[in-house]
Amino acid sequence: MRIRFLFCLLFSAVTGLQAQEYFPKNDAVKAEVNTNFTVFKNANIHVDPSNVINGGMLAVRNGKVTAVGKNIKVPANAVVVDLKGKTIYPSFIDLYSNFGIEKPKGQNGSPYSGNPQYDADREGYYWNDHIRPETAALESFKYSDSEAEKLRKLGFGVVNTHMPDGIVRGTGMLVALNSQGTEGDRILDERSAQFLSFDKSAKSRQVYPSSKMGAMALLRQTYLDADWYAKGNSQTKDLALQAFNQNKNLLQIFKTDNLLDELRADKIGDEFGVQYVIVGSGKEFERLDAIKATNATFVVPVNFPAPFDMEDPYIASYASLADMKEWNQAPANLKMMAEKSIPFSITSQDAEKNFRENLIKAVEYGLDKKSALAALTTVPAKIIGKENQLGTLKEGAWANFLITSGDYFDKETTIYENWVQGKRSVIEDINLVSINGTYDVNVAGNTYEVKISGEATKPKAEVKLNNNKIGSKLNYKSNWLNILLSAPDTTKAEYTRLSAKVPEDPKSFSGKAILGDGTETTFTATRTAEASEDKKKKEDEHPEVLPVTFPNMGYGFERLPKQQNILFKNATVWTSEDAGILENTDVLVRNGKIAQVGKNLSARGATEIDATGKHLTAGIIDEHSHLAASAVNEAGHNSSAEVRMEDVVDPDDIGVYRNLAGGVTTMQLLHGSANPIGGQSAILKMKWGASPDEMIFSNSPKFIKFALGENVKQANWSSNSRFPQTRMGVEQVFVDYFTRAKEYESLKKSGKPFRKDIEMETLLEILNGERHITAHSYVQSEINMLMKIAEQYGFKINTFTHILEGYKVADKMAEHGAGGSTFSDWWAYKYEVKDAIPQNAAIMHNAGVTVAINSDDAEMSRRLNQEAAKSVKYGDISEEEAWKFVTINPAKLLHIDDRVGSIKEGKDADLVLWTANPLSVYAKPEKTLIEGVVYFDIERDRELREEVEKQKNLLATQMLKAKNNGLKTQAVKETKKEEMHCDTL
Amino acid sequence: MKIINLIILPVLLFLTGTTIAQQTPAPEQSRAVTIVGATAHIGNGEVIENSLIIFENGKITTVTDANSTKRQYPGTIIDAKGKHVYPGFISPNSTLGLVEIDAVKQSDDEDELGELLPHVRSIIAYNAESQVVESMRPNGVLVGQITPRGGRISGTSSIVQFDAWNWEDAVLREDDGIHINWPNSVRRGRWWAGEDPGVKPNDDYEKDIRTVSEFFSNARAYLAGPQEIANLPFMAMQNVFDGKQKIYIHADGEKELMDILQFKRDHDLEHVVLVGAYSAYKIADQVKAANVPILVGRVHSRPNHEDSHYDLPYKMAYLLHQKGILVGLESSGSMERMNSRNLPFYAGTVTAYGASKEEALQMITLNTAKILGIDDSLGSLETGKDATLFISEGDALDMRTNKISQAFIQGREISLESHQTQLAKRYTDKYGQEEKI
Repeated sequence: MRIRFLFCLLFSAVTGLQAQEYFPKNDAVKAEVNTNFTVFKNANIHVDPSNVINGGMLAVRNGKVTAVGKNIKVPANAVVVDLKGKTIYPSFIDLYSNFGIEKPKGQNGSPYSGNPQYDADREGYYWNDHIRPETAALESFKYSDSEAEKLRKLGFGVVNTHMPDGIVRGTGMLVALNSQGTEGDRILDERSAQFLSFDKSAKSRQVYPSSKMGAMALLRQTYLDADWYAKGNSQTKDLALQAFNQNKNLLQIFKTDNLLDELRADKIGDEFGVQYVIVGSGKEFERLDAIKATNATFVVPVNFPAPFDMEDPYIASYASLADMKEWNQAPANLKMMAEKSIPFSITSQDAEKNFRENLIKAVEYGLDKKSALAALTTVPAKIIGKENQLGTLKEGAWANFLITSGDYFDKETTIYENWVQGKRSVIEDINLVSINGTYDVNVAGNTYEVKISGEATKPKAEVKLNNNKIGSKLNYKSNWLNILLSAPDTTKAEYTRLSAKVPEDPKSFSGKAILGDGTETTFTATRTAEASEDKKKKEDEHPEVLPVTFPNMGYGFERLPKQQNILFKNATVWTSEDAGILENTDVLVRNGKIAQVGKNLSARGATEIDATGKHLTAGIIDEHSHLAASAVNEAGHNSSAEVRMEDVVDPDDIGVYRNLAGGVTTMQLLHGSANPIGGQSAILKMKWGASPDEMIFSNSPKFIKFALGENVKQANWSSNSRFPQTRMGVEQVFVDYFTRAKEYESLKKSGKPFRKDIEMETLLEILNGERHITAHSYVQSEINMLMKIAEQYGFKINTFTHILEGYKVADKMAEHGAGGSTFSDWWAYKYEVKDAIPQNAAIMHNAGVTVAINSDDAEMSRRLNQEAAKSVKYGDISEEEAWKFVTINPAKLLHIDDRVGSIKEGKDADLVLWTANPLSVYAKPEKTLIEGVVYFDIERDRELREEVEKQKNLLATQMLKAKNNGLKTQAVKETKKEEMHCDTL
Repeated sequence: MKIINLIILPVLLFLTGTTIAQQTPAPEQSRAVTIVGATAHIGNGEVIENSLIIFENGKITTVTDANSTKRQYPGTIIDAKGKHVYPGFISPNSTLGLVEIDAVKQSDDEDELGELLPHVRSIIAYNAESQVVESMRPNGVLVGQITPRGGRISGTSSIVQFDAWNWEDAVLREDDGIHINWPNSVRRGRWWAGEDPGVKPNDDYEKDIRTVSEFFSNARAYLAGPQEIANLPFMAMQNVFDGKQKIYIHADGEKELMDILQFKRDHDLEHVVLVGAYSAYKIADQVKAANVPILVGRVHSRPNHEDSHYDLPYKMAYLLHQKGILVGLESSGSMERMNSRNLPFYAGTVTAYGASKEEALQMITLNTAKILGIDDSLGSLETGKDATLFISEGDALDMRTNKISQAFIQGREISLESHQTQLAKRYTDKYGQEEKI
């Protein structure tokens, strides 16, 4: 009673505090300003995550902490609040927020519907509308107390808000969620950080960038251009670049949507000497080593997925192990990050209402409370450079703190109050007496057993009379308890009403009772048992967490496989070399290389594999693939030479595993064919389980995709605003770009200042023979044209890919020195392939062209051996030569034939052991090795199939149990990668 | 004969250049043909080494072991020692001849507007002179079931042979069955429209099934009544209810397949064939018990689900065959028309993943003929059947050895040239490579 009175006093006293000293005041006397202290005593004070003062004292004045300790001097002008065993925490800080800022409504729609917009809307700013560094959160910020209250209830006192729109999003601001002050009080820093992402602005329909790799290229160019601008080289004003340069020294916060994007963001930062703070996805645990290697600090959401509703077994069968595992493992993400010493703070983004529940779940899954508290307080405070003012309760810090009934990470704990800048916000009544426990309630000669449990503010009752359960309803507010009891005879609509004011210690109390017949009497309640403590049991209750695999999906490796020394004995060896096909031959693999090819080899320490009756070949090389990519086309410009497929490698594509099962070990990941000048290729080894960067062929030769014909002139979809629309225009695109590249080169060589342009640099590499072209092409006219262009500019077209009319100009290709990488038998799917013939590969080969058979298709790529064999059928190519079409020939076309593509001593041990002649439709790979590592083994596959089933069953049971326990479920959905081809936009 | 060909071919080439439509259909068989010494793959699982095959007037008259008879061989004698003879392969559920070039809308006649279209007939749109159709023949695919696409009931298919002047000549069985695209209990997000490409339950599933079911009930009632006003879709169901046309139901999901079996019982339908039937292996016993055959979806495809066995599409036909289900192979899907010539290699892959070569062969010959109801005249090398067969240099199920030297449709020796072989010749000639191709 006394305390409440004091609080009322305090409340009225502090409201006048915010008036700033130099403003005139007309509604009262100015001398109303409150300079009293508030001192809290008998509290367990978490000064910071490492320091707890039990039964300590905290003094606050003018919004700041003035003293904290076991025993501090209480000033005379102090209001003292006795917290009696309650707990005080520093209020939390959310570094990623758009509090008070409305996200603009999208207007970009699909960039491919109708005629896309290629130019920017704005003038005087950067050429790309998605670069908006000049945006200041301050301009659109509007404090909303109802929104602030939601955050305060979760425990937050300060948020770092921004305009969540665009690739470069401009500056954010640090705001205290002070319910009573003015913006002048709340704004702690109006330029707290610069925000970035890979997502385009909703305010513009400008189509570039249409892809992830385009967004990455754009960011790189922005950094270069900003530098150019900073040096005073620009002739015109660019308010965006100007702002970008002004923001350069701020904290840089990068928002991502998934794990791969986190790695991508960091990669860009590394290139420009910027260490981003990365707003993560919650899936960091899937590749902790790569995450750790970024050296970044993360801001991690706690938005765990709901379990699938697995009750309908038909629908349930669509759930993938990957999605099911995500539900199972995601709550352990923070624990795993902490164990790996990866620094992180926590954001409430995406979790909102479930924030505290999920946070507690993370603790149940093993996150230590100290790390959890640090991630909400000291870590973000340090990131934002305010470790002395925020996230701690030491002297001089902002008086931002929570008062709770106990441990924040305990479900039963109530958060009573959240003080921000010394201003109190009440969340729950602190004087509320917890009435949880079991009571004997005596009313009119009956003794009811009443068990009260649940949250202290919303308790529930279970009532028994003579061991029979009877209906009841309990209402508890401001220490007034009302219970409605049904009659033991359920056929009677008679109710007994009880009402009592609960005393501070509720071990026995009495109140008024009104019986069913209206008689008023009294009742007494005597506590017979305290609230039961079965928390310990609950903590162990979370389902068993399955091990993370690489990749974290079906058929992943629990431990990444290691190089082995292997001796294949007595195989038929298809060398893809002049040596031809060798019967009864041994091949020794050592340290990832082919060490020896010969008869009767022996090697100590090598695992011997009896390959009698089996065939051993070099791994298949697919010259044209779109597997393992997060995106294929940057369709926003007619040239996208600046984009890199290496930026968008996605190692979590089941296609990688299936291709290993088809004997594929290397592939060229190509940009699509949406534009005449596409993007830079990635050459990948199919290292299942590896990180994106580990999949990239080491020291790969440089390639770029060009494209001709129907796709680049956009003939097969409705768009007619982009040049070129005809094959005539395609030629001019090349002339234009190469001419500009030449001019760029002369300027660069002249020693005068020049604006570094990634696109031009790439084209220069082509002109200088440092980057090879793979040109998507179909009809003879355009093939001829491109060779003429190359000759005019003094370079060679390395490879024509698809090249279905290559047979019509095979002599010209041979003379030019271009290779042909083609489909075995595809045709008639569009007008430009009506003259495609299955003899194409053979005719080109016979004309002296280096020929490969490629897939451009995740299905066909796993049967490229069969596709090669079709040249035996249609073109009478010898089997030995046909096999080269998928091994050494594509290696030659990719300029990696010194390392892969054949069985030769010293080359990478990328090998496939087949059950039969590899060109035969009856052949199956039994083992596929890359650099001496067995990535596919048909025996292991059998075990994995069982493992996948076993794990899915286990998870399905866990999910059903979760549903039974009342957890909210979501409908089963199958997330699926789209199948990508050249023309996938 | 050969000399004439040598003269005619260059003349034809000269006259028509690369725009030639189709090889001239062969004239009716006028003389008996005897193939001797080949390994005969009968199509019913049997093999005769050193066989004797005789056909006259378009029909097979003798299939036996060459050693078992000393009779004189009639007509043209083909010494096929070391070679293989197969019944012509049959491509069911095909759109050959309905579309020439996928991306050219003007050449596309496979999908009519509307939902319940049993009266729409594929046969009249079948282009007997399609360049894609003729490209089937050098691989041994000689017969197809030309099937409309789209809608809930796409229309009526017909069965044709691949050497004809026009659709009327091509017909083997006109209006052999109707095709139903069974509703899907799940729907996939349209990723190209920015949706998650994953699966979600289809809330309209039961309603969609009712539409089909009510159509069947109404058609039956209509046909039993006075038929005062003509109703074309209902009238087109007469042959279906009479058992003269089969009902091909295209579906993949487990639940859908179960519902189809129920639909078959509810409407007392005799001749139901499942097409695609991706999940049928999970309920093979029920399918077998219902005596429903399956045209298994394209063997050379990726598994539908991330966690599936990588070889599931390869082994699926054999899994079903092992359960005693009558199984044929079909090749619908993306680029289905040009890909149909790979039908023999689908069977080859089925062999690699479980079946014997002859079992797999049955899945593109006699089994398919049985499923389509044309096994009285097609699907195997048996006396009395059409002489629709071919001679291959080697194993026709393997791309290494599928090299067809002669092919016959109803006894007529058909050309194995095509738009494609002509282009190949033209350019090998240009480069002086003729020896090599």
